[in-house]
Amino acid sequence: MTLTPVLTDTWDAERSWTLEAYESRGGYDGLRAALGMDPGAVVQAVKDSGLRGRGGAGFPTGMKWGFLPPPDGGPRYLVVNADESEPGTCKDIPLMLASPQHLIEGIVITSYAIGCHHAFIYVRGEVLHVYRRLIKAVEEAYAAGYLGKDVQGSGFDLEVTVHAGAGAYICGEETALLDSLEGLRGQPRLKPPFPAVAGLYARPTVVNNVESIASVPGILARGADWFASMGTERSQGHGLFSLSGHVKRPGQYEAPLGITLRTLLDLAGGVRRGHELKFWTPGGSSTPLFTADHLDTPLDYESVGAAGSMLGTRALQIFDETVCVVRAVSRWTDFYAHESCGKCTPCREGTYWLKQVLHRIEAGQGQDGDLELLLDLCDNILGRAFCALGDGATSPITSSVKLFREEYQAHIDSRGCPFDPVASALFPYTPKTRPAAALAGAGAGGHR
Amino acid sequence: MTVTTPKTGSGPVEKPVDLVTFTVDGIEMSVPKGTLVIRAAEQAGIQIPRFCDHPLLAPAGACRQCLVEVATPDREGNVRPMPKPQASCTLEATPGMVVKTQLTSPVADKAQQGVMELLLMNHPLDCPVCDKGGECPLQNQAMTNGRADTRFIDVKRTFPKPIALSTQILLDRERCVLCQRCTRFSEEIAGDAFIALQDRGAGQQIGRFDQSVLGFAEPADEPATPGPVDRPVGEAYPDTSGQPFASYFSGNTVQICPVGALTGAGYRFRSRPFDLVSTPAVGEHDACGSAIRIDHRRGVVLRRLSGDDPLVNEEWITDKDRFAFTWQTAPDRVTTPLVRDVAEDGTKGELRPASWAEALGVAAAGLAAATADGGVGVLPGGRLTVEDAFAWSRFARAVLGTNDVDQRVRVHSLEEEAFLGHAVAGSGVGVTFSDLESAPAVLLVGLEAEEEAGVTFLRLRKGVAKGRVRVFAVAPYASRGLERLSGTLLPAAPGTEAEWLDGLRTRLTGGLLPADAAPAVLDEGIDALAQAGSVILVGERLATSPGAYAAALALAQATGARLAWIPRRAGERGGVEAGLLPGLLPGGRPVVDPAARAEVAAAWGSVPEAPGRDTGEILDALSVGQLGAALVGGVELADLPDPAHARRALSGAGFVVSLEVRLSEAAQLADVVLPVAPPQERAGSYWNWEGRVRAFGQAIESTALPDHRVLHALAAELGADLSAATPQQAHLAIAALGRWAGNRVPAPDGAPAGPPVVGPGLAVLAGWRLLLDDARGQDGERFLAGTAKRALARMSAATAASFDAYDGDAVTVSTDRGSVTVPVAVTDMVDGVVWLPLKSAGCRVHDTLGAAPGDLVRVVPAVPGGPAGQDGEAAAGRSDA
Repeated sequence: MTLTPVLTDTWDAERSWTLEAYESRGGYDGLRAALGMDPGAVVQAVKDSGLRGRGGAGFPTGMKWGFLPPPDGGPRYLVVNADESEPGTCKDIPLMLASPQHLIEGIVITSYAIGCHHAFIYVRGEVLHVYRRLIKAVEEAYAAGYLGKDVQGSGFDLEVTVHAGAGAYICGEETALLDSLEGLRGQPRLKPPFPAVAGLYARPTVVNNVESIASVPGILARGADWFASMGTERSQGHGLFSLSGHVKRPGQYEAPLGITLRTLLDLAGGVRRGHELKFWTPGGSSTPLFTADHLDTPLDYESVGAAGSMLGTRALQIFDETVCVVRAVSRWTDFYAHESCGKCTPCREGTYWLKQVLHRIEAGQGQDGDLELLLDLCDNILGRAFCALGDGATSPITSSVKLFREEYQAHIDSRGCPFDPVASALFPYTPKTRPAAALAGAGAGGHR
Repeated sequence: MTVTTPKTGSGPVEKPVDLVTFTVDGIEMSVPKGTLVIRAAEQAGIQIPRFCDHPLLAPAGACRQCLVEVATPDREGNVRPMPKPQASCTLEATPGMVVKTQLTSPVADKAQQGVMELLLMNHPLDCPVCDKGGECPLQNQAMTNGRADTRFIDVKRTFPKPIALSTQILLDRERCVLCQRCTRFSEEIAGDAFIALQDRGAGQQIGRFDQSVLGFAEPADEPATPGPVDRPVGEAYPDTSGQPFASYFSGNTVQICPVGALTGAGYRFRSRPFDLVSTPAVGEHDACGSAIRIDHRRGVVLRRLSGDDPLVNEEWITDKDRFAFTWQTAPDRVTTPLVRDVAEDGTKGELRPASWAEALGVAAAGLAAATADGGVGVLPGGRLTVEDAFAWSRFARAVLGTNDVDQRVRVHSLEEEAFLGHAVAGSGVGVTFSDLESAPAVLLVGLEAEEEAGVTFLRLRKGVAKGRVRVFAVAPYASRGLERLSGTLLPAAPGTEAEWLDGLRTRLTGGLLPADAAPAVLDEGIDALAQAGSVILVGERLATSPGAYAAALALAQATGARLAWIPRRAGERGGVEAGLLPGLLPGGRPVVDPAARAEVAAAWGSVPEAPGRDTGEILDALSVGQLGAALVGGVELADLPDPAHARRALSGAGFVVSLEVRLSEAAQLADVVLPVAPPQERAGSYWNWEGRVRAFGQAIESTALPDHRVLHALAAELGADLSAATPQQAHLAIAALGRWAGNRVPAPDGAPAGPPVVGPGLAVLAGWRLLLDDARGQDGERFLAGTAKRALARMSAATAASFDAYDGDAVTVSTDRGSVTVPVAVTDMVDGVVWLPLKSAGCRVHDTLGAAPGDLVRVVPAVPGGPAGQDGEAAAGRSDA
């Protein structure tokens, strides 16, 4: 199985982010094809292609579009979720940096298909360089007549607004994103109503991931069959796999769904020289961990699910045997405690507690029963929280305790961490001793 | 009674309710479609623990305490369990759904226990010193649905102890479980959001506007708030609109807080809930008749809470009804009868305590003498209970033999009396709170709903929020209350209200309109009002506007809209029913109607035929000696349009008897003062503006007597039987009168007077009383006083410029009598008008200016550093009232 560069195909071009470079490689062919079709036929083509949401949940994209109620004369919106923040995930940001026109073409086609005349791109606020590049790309598209009034003489109008978030992981959750976009506090909304019925400004709204939308032009230009010919029976098409961590050549590898980590590792030059794979995440930190036992698990939605994890965002973080799993999981938990929006009790209070227990164990102050406590807390959070953030926070803990229970117990029994953090570092590094106050993580507004 | 009867077919048609049948803990039940599982379970007697859920607030699903296990039928009808426990406060019951609560599902039970443990983990567990301890949903549900001990051995999140959200409300963030009831109340119900969630994760907190939390600084060159706006007397932080926080409803957040995070400054640390005795009662501060609960301990009232009356105030009350109760136990309470010493040469001396026997004897002798010498004027005041009002009315008519009785301690007019007799008295329950919620349009005339009838405002806002109600207001400017009702202003200078009403009616009938009318607004207004179920609400302030009551009646008749009169004081509607107006006998019987007099005389013994004097005329007659004596109830002389004249009249009167709770100005001028009980020390009932009788019981044991018993004793001294010795007897006497089926008072036919001609340096005075002001009913409650709005003078930019005054400048508004100096707030409003609060600290308009709305006043910029008169304190913008 080899790579299938589609979205990444133009990344090596000279000034690949310009409209000129994009058009010279067949850019906007998909749009021209779409504009010649009935909007319903465009939706059908995407349905036929088998494209599933690339943001993590894997919901069929065409079906999502089909959930919109029939037009009532009022506005309908497309919102592109470009708030890529999942630890390990690094696909949308390089895509928007290297080939933003891919996304914009996808937006025009999708908007045409769903009858939207104002689309929004909600970009993670921290990536200023991407924000600038997107704004420039939108300007170029307006100038070339791909956006604005009467797109390419088709009579179809489309405005695109690029909006920078203020730095909250929760705003990757689609309803929190919509609240944030409306200028409200970014916290998830009660569903129903779902965004398809009452989304942005209480109007029918489609929220799609960057990669999903960017995959649409190819489907229109080359046909649904071409797209469906890649991947597995139920996970069709190409996807970006982001390899990071203890791997020789980290980066984005675009391949058909169903590729295995073994193949990807071969392409990436293998694990760090002289080391071996210990554990890895198939789809970012919110997906249960895999080990070397899963090297041959096909990376498609079904197979990964059957193996007890989730394909997620295909963020493959590779950890070799030098890594202390407690330390890694503790850092992820810090992330979730920091990013919990605070709306619901299980996630807000649960992550606060988990963080402290993990820090205790890592610092050698764990107690017998702490592992049972961790697992029980995770049980009290998983499926009890308002949105999936709380669920995601428990995944690394429950899966790592399951896979590496002895390692956790060793921290407790030997009152300290048996690993040398320096050994796992990819660069010269002096570990900081953690001050007692930081352990507590407490005080007014403790999570700063 | 045409004006309050809806047009045929306009009544709400009951739709058949779609029922949903589902199962909770094995109990099959049918509930209306859309019912939340948590509500349905309550009906089955199953209590699911909850914090964020509140029946009057939109579902949030935030606390996750109410998780239950749910299974629903799929397309084939197989009942399949949902993978996760569901929050029952956000889940609507669907056909065939099977719900298992903590009682039958180990999963639900564990989920609830888990959430409870997490909630308690960061909670300070300071129940022994917490106001809420003993009545705390967190405490109670931790007992019923929580673990006995915690597994948390780590470090708790802490916050500095309470922050003051206003002088009234304190927030202890450590105790908060972030259920968002308070923020949802202020957004959804009151619409004056002043607190919001801040920060995130475990650092998330409820907070006021605080740059240190929000992490940004305000621009150095820009003031936090533009110009003078409504600003409380006490320290205030900006609300979400950027204006200083001034809420009249903030006390409700304390009551709905499911933990002890929000506390009232006055009650904090004062008592334990289990030591309190609760008595249901009715708010005495406005005409809404809000259900309240008085909590007292060993004869001392410690707090008041909102009662729960879905038909009237739901579960909300104004801060005034909640916090202003100390007036009833103020140091100037009259506890024994007082009699004025009279020297042998007839000069009057000081009031001295006297026995009831002596005081009643002196009072009876004085009144008897005056009856023979010109007569007695009766001023009972507008705050009486129904029982008292009938006793006063009967005492005046049957004992003193006079129709010189008028309850109105405010601006009043003949037109108003005719209006009340024609359209209000004896009309029963007309427009209701529920009607306001679903009326397609509500027109407010002479009524600022938030300031003058707070709970009515909330109900209107509820209707507006549901998208059902459109509000129109004839007023000089769009108040913040009107803005929060998304209301449409029909801008009117005081005295020109009738023009708008006539304009609307003319528009409907297609008549000729004056050239300066604004047809677009008129079309909008009349289209809305002509819809079935629309309502016109008129306030007592229309008495200053000639022709306005008549025009409101005519408009109601033309459009079919229903009409309701909302006075400010709790007793006024009851007084109208009891005949505490010179031309009106109980039940809307006209004095001039011989049949009406005969009916009343049959019950009461006798009714005088001669027409009576109204309040103004009584005071006039007293001052020139035409009347021999005055019998005065709860009358604040400063509330009268010309207090100086009233003072002269009472001091010059031959003989004055006062029935008072506290030693008021009127009581100090009296020859005999008979103490009466404040509401909390007696039973009684108020007739609220809807026409609903709102009975309440006696909260505090007391030797103080209600008015009707004092009058009964006084009548006995005069040889008459008032049949009001006990509340039961008073009720029987009222019932004995029966309904009046005869002719009503004819409709008023006032003609609008043109607006006064405004010369240079002059402006027309507009104004109304604010909910919280300098009134004696709020005495002794300094925390509440801190949330009253500061006085300011509103005028349009053009008007201000004509006085050479600009936004924020101090101006002096004066008449020949006196002057007040307050800052200018340039407001989008009609030109040539200056608006003042009528009785706020530093701005007592009737008292100082002797002027009423509609009068002309002089306006000049205040001389900086010059003598600002009595009001210098307010002009400087600071007051510690």
